[in-house]
Amino acid sequence: MNIKKGEFVVVGGGISGIAAAVEIAEFGNKVTLIEKEASLGGRVSKMSLYFPKLCPPYCGLEIYFKRIRSNPNIQIMTLSEVANISGTPGNFTVTVRQSPRYVNAKCTGCNDCVSACPVERPSDFDYSLSKTKAVYLPHELSFPYRYVIDDKTCPGAECGKCILACKYDAIDLGMKAESVELKADAVIVATGWKPYDAQKLTNLNYGKMSNLITNVMMERLAAPNGPTKGEILRPSDNKKVERVAFVQCAGSRDENHLPYCSAVCCTASLKQVSYVKEFNKEAQVSVFYIDLRVMGRNEDFLTKIKQHDGLKFVKGKVARITEDPDTKDVWVEAEDILSGAKHRERFDMAVLATGIEPSLSGEKTCLGEQDKYGFFGSGKDGIFHIGCCHTPSDVSACVKLANGAVLKAMQCVGGRA
Amino acid sequence: MDKKLGIYLCSGCHIGECLDMQALEKAALGECKAAVCKKHEFLCGREGLELINNDIKSEGVNTVVIGACSPRVNFDLFRFGDQVILERVNLREHVAWCHKPNDEDTQMLAEDYLRMGAIKAVKINFPEPYIAEGLTSKILIIGGGVSGLTSAFSAASLGTEVVLVEKQAELGGWVKNMHRQYPKAPPHAALEPTGLPELIDQVKKNSKITVYTSSTIEKISGEPGRFEITIKKADGTAVEKAASIIVATGWKPYDAKKLEHLSFGKHPNIITNVMMEEMVSSGRGIKTADGQRPKRIAFIQCAGSRDPNHLPYCSSVCCNVSLKQAMYCREQDPDSLVFVFYKDLRTPGHHEDFYRHAQNDAGTFLTKCEITNIDVKGNTLVVNAADTLLGKEISVEADLVVLATGMVPTALDEKVLHLAYRKGDELPQLKYGFTDSHFICFPYETERTGIYASGCARAPLDTDAARSDGTGAAMKAIQCADLISRGMATLPRFGDNTYPEMYMQRCTDCKRCTEECPFGAYDETAKGTPLPNPARCRRCGICMGSCPERIISFKNYNIEILSSMIKNFSVPDEFEEKPRILAFMCENDAYPAMDMAGLRHIEYNPHVRIIPVRCIGSVNNVLIADALSGGVDGILLIGCKHGDDYQCHFIRGSELIGKREGNLQETLQRLALEPERIKAVQLSINEYDRLPKLFSEYVEEITEMGFNPFKGM
Repeated sequence: MNIKKGEFVVVGGGISGIAAAVEIAEFGNKVTLIEKEASLGGRVSKMSLYFPKLCPPYCGLEIYFKRIRSNPNIQIMTLSEVANISGTPGNFTVTVRQSPRYVNAKCTGCNDCVSACPVERPSDFDYSLSKTKAVYLPHELSFPYRYVIDDKTCPGAECGKCILACKYDAIDLGMKAESVELKADAVIVATGWKPYDAQKLTNLNYGKMSNLITNVMMERLAAPNGPTKGEILRPSDNKKVERVAFVQCAGSRDENHLPYCSAVCCTASLKQVSYVKEFNKEAQVSVFYIDLRVMGRNEDFLTKIKQHDGLKFVKGKVARITEDPDTKDVWVEAEDILSGAKHRERFDMAVLATGIEPSLSGEKTCLGEQDKYGFFGSGKDGIFHIGCCHTPSDVSACVKLANGAVLKAMQCVGGRA
Repeated sequence: MDKKLGIYLCSGCHIGECLDMQALEKAALGECKAAVCKKHEFLCGREGLELINNDIKSEGVNTVVIGACSPRVNFDLFRFGDQVILERVNLREHVAWCHKPNDEDTQMLAEDYLRMGAIKAVKINFPEPYIAEGLTSKILIIGGGVSGLTSAFSAASLGTEVVLVEKQAELGGWVKNMHRQYPKAPPHAALEPTGLPELIDQVKKNSKITVYTSSTIEKISGEPGRFEITIKKADGTAVEKAASIIVATGWKPYDAKKLEHLSFGKHPNIITNVMMEEMVSSGRGIKTADGQRPKRIAFIQCAGSRDPNHLPYCSSVCCNVSLKQAMYCREQDPDSLVFVFYKDLRTPGHHEDFYRHAQNDAGTFLTKCEITNIDVKGNTLVVNAADTLLGKEISVEADLVVLATGMVPTALDEKVLHLAYRKGDELPQLKYGFTDSHFICFPYETERTGIYASGCARAPLDTDAARSDGTGAAMKAIQCADLISRGMATLPRFGDNTYPEMYMQRCTDCKRCTEECPFGAYDETAKGTPLPNPARCRRCGICMGSCPERIISFKNYNIEILSSMIKNFSVPDEFEEKPRILAFMCENDAYPAMDMAGLRHIEYNPHVRIIPVRCIGSVNNVLIADALSGGVDGILLIGCKHGDDYQCHFIRGSELIGKREGNLQETLQRLALEPERIKAVQLSINEYDRLPKLFSEYVEEITEMGFNPFKGM
């Protein structure tokens, strides 16, 4: 077939960016996938299971990684961010700034450096629920499979224990940041999302009690490779949870926080209800919600989850969460809109369904124009925005937009737009 | 091709401290018959790679076996071009990192894996891609609604020729009856034109697009790259060819006549949202049956949707649509009052702004409730509802009641494709008439290769989502045409240019391949002999697993290779008290799980031998019989989860294992062996922590049962 081949840059190595890069490269195009973190996978790699199938994200990621392994047209740059884009469709120059990894390509992944490293840091993969050494492998499915040193905690050459431990001369503490210029016919931006900062929800007192966690942390508690190996134990005393509250719209649909709906949190919390019930069949669970927004065929999932015993849906926005100082239990207060009664209930643990905020919200960026909430439009003139940096989306919607962006990007080869 | 085998062993990453490398080298040069064997303590380093490359260049080594880390890592370093056969033996993750160092059993495991890898490499042949005669790059799109039109225009803009078939006389689908669409851009307050006339115009003007209106599909035969399509037109038939197909056959409104409880049909002023839209777009204005402007309009949400007696799913768009239609009413008559009765108001993402806009309108009342019934009292309609936010029952009088009926995929009860496939003439449906398969990770895929579902044929979507669906589906369709033209497999085996070859002289026409292929790759001749369509194949090997005559093979993956691997691991006699378990393992999920167990240094039983397979459904019963008659004590078949929420990348490979069990048990009876000697296990990629227990419990079970009496025979 005579489709013109081109070169492309995809910014963001989460599920959207991976899908876009892999699909565009399977046409024989060259593509560079730019990721800010040390490994591809983004937010989904930190999730235990996907709704509604309750299947592990690693499964789909591994297929994408397998496709990358069999395709030399894909170049991956981790620890990298775009500093500048200039040019026009068919002829962009993308300046990429790559931070030092301090571990070079000689790394075999033997783990000897980790055994030698004396310093610990909170694991960002586990949302600080566990620790890693200053030199670490981001996670089991890390892609690329290479260790990285966190320069914020590593004492540097004065320690140097990892250098001695490495038989392969792979540690390079003198590594410097680098700038690289890439040519591109089009750029696909998939910079993704971050969980809304729950500390801003002052009435919920997040951060002031250990048994109030966020939905992304819950994913780590439920994950077999998480800090509790999949056991849902509350942080204060590692007690098996028996009473759990899910607090929907923690930030979302609130004009003081995120005025929009984050689209996925209702179904995500239903999934987390299934984590709790799978772990402890007897657990009592309450979901505090405004509207249950479980779209399309996911309604079946709602129907399935509703069949659990000991599960209660309370329509009402949570007004306050406080800690019982003796037991470390949490008190959740809400108005039950259906009955009009004030609802106050004690739980072992509460989970805030914090919303999706675009990663680059509030930041100045060369990657496109943002709306008042920090989301990019769908893109134009050779720069296309997909996934959660464009609109709050579930995985399926992310992949679908990624596929469409591939076609639009290919239209730019040779300067057409 | 004359093969010259080079085996390269890495002692790095603690492999050398765990294994006797000399003994491995001896096995390589001895039993493995390697022409060259070299050891290095850093094989993936510059020097190590040079060692291999030099042997390829100067020594004529063309078959390379690397005994080092998992093939899932360092894939970019151990890449020697397409003239060299490469096999990776996983001595690191699967041996050194998860078994006792310098232990007899660990060493046996390593040597077994080396022999298995070497024989595999020797038996692999270079693929010859399947590129059929008469390929086209054209794309067929069925359905000229907003999704199909967008696909057509997007594909044509990349230079692809498109055939668009629409059953109505006019293009545009349901959207052409739409007055305005709800806002898709900030500030999400004002209704927008649909943009449909412009889109239709673009499609009609594009010379790359051939449009057939008032036409349907009469028949589709052939395979991706060269589908033969017969189109039934108002005035005869037309014949077209296409490389791939997009099914954008859309939706129809749920039949409101079935909504007796909502009194549809009992009074002309009870209408549906579709009727409302037509009324507004026709320019007649919103009127009751007697031509009056209604003063009180009630919208009933989930009329059919989210109802186990009607449509159990949510139709996704109706909440926003009713808010939009409420705006029509309020704009026509600012004195009118609108009541929206809903279960949950579902306006996800940025549409929340639109919802807020509606909430701020003083004449629009939104009420969460369950509808009890709608009473018809002369010309007054009374909506009765319970479980309201105030906790009581309410009754609201209205002049006009609008039922927000949901979406039903057209393909639920209409034939749209007429495939001349032995496995059925339409796409298999996932649920409720929607035809997608791996809808989370790969949304456009169906169970038929080269045929993609798009728009409301795939899921209830709004116009914006249908448009973006159309663009994505067009990409997949063009990509399919491109891959087929290069002789390559489509998802998920990118880069695979093998295909199943059949030794037809021995075929007994049992048709198991035809029945078991999840993608309908096999038709049959008039005499009932299987007729392969290789371009429909996803290369999973399920047909290879199904064939009792063992006549289906791939150049680099076949029964002979797997059987040789089985014969090349040691089966100690019963006096050594070392059981042997053979685990066939899905290479996509279970194998990476094993790697992760290695990474975590999780120790497990050393008596298990792993053979990774493309899909667990590709394991032929004869391999199991061979292994058991060769003295293997037990067989594990570790595949993906099956059932409604299947995880199998080939849809039902893992499920087939259960279906084939009848034949397996016959084999066991013939051999006079216990049924427990074969065990099927479902394992997800993240369940690596289950592996040690799984292995040790099975070894224990088998040991208690006693060794296989065929041992040593």
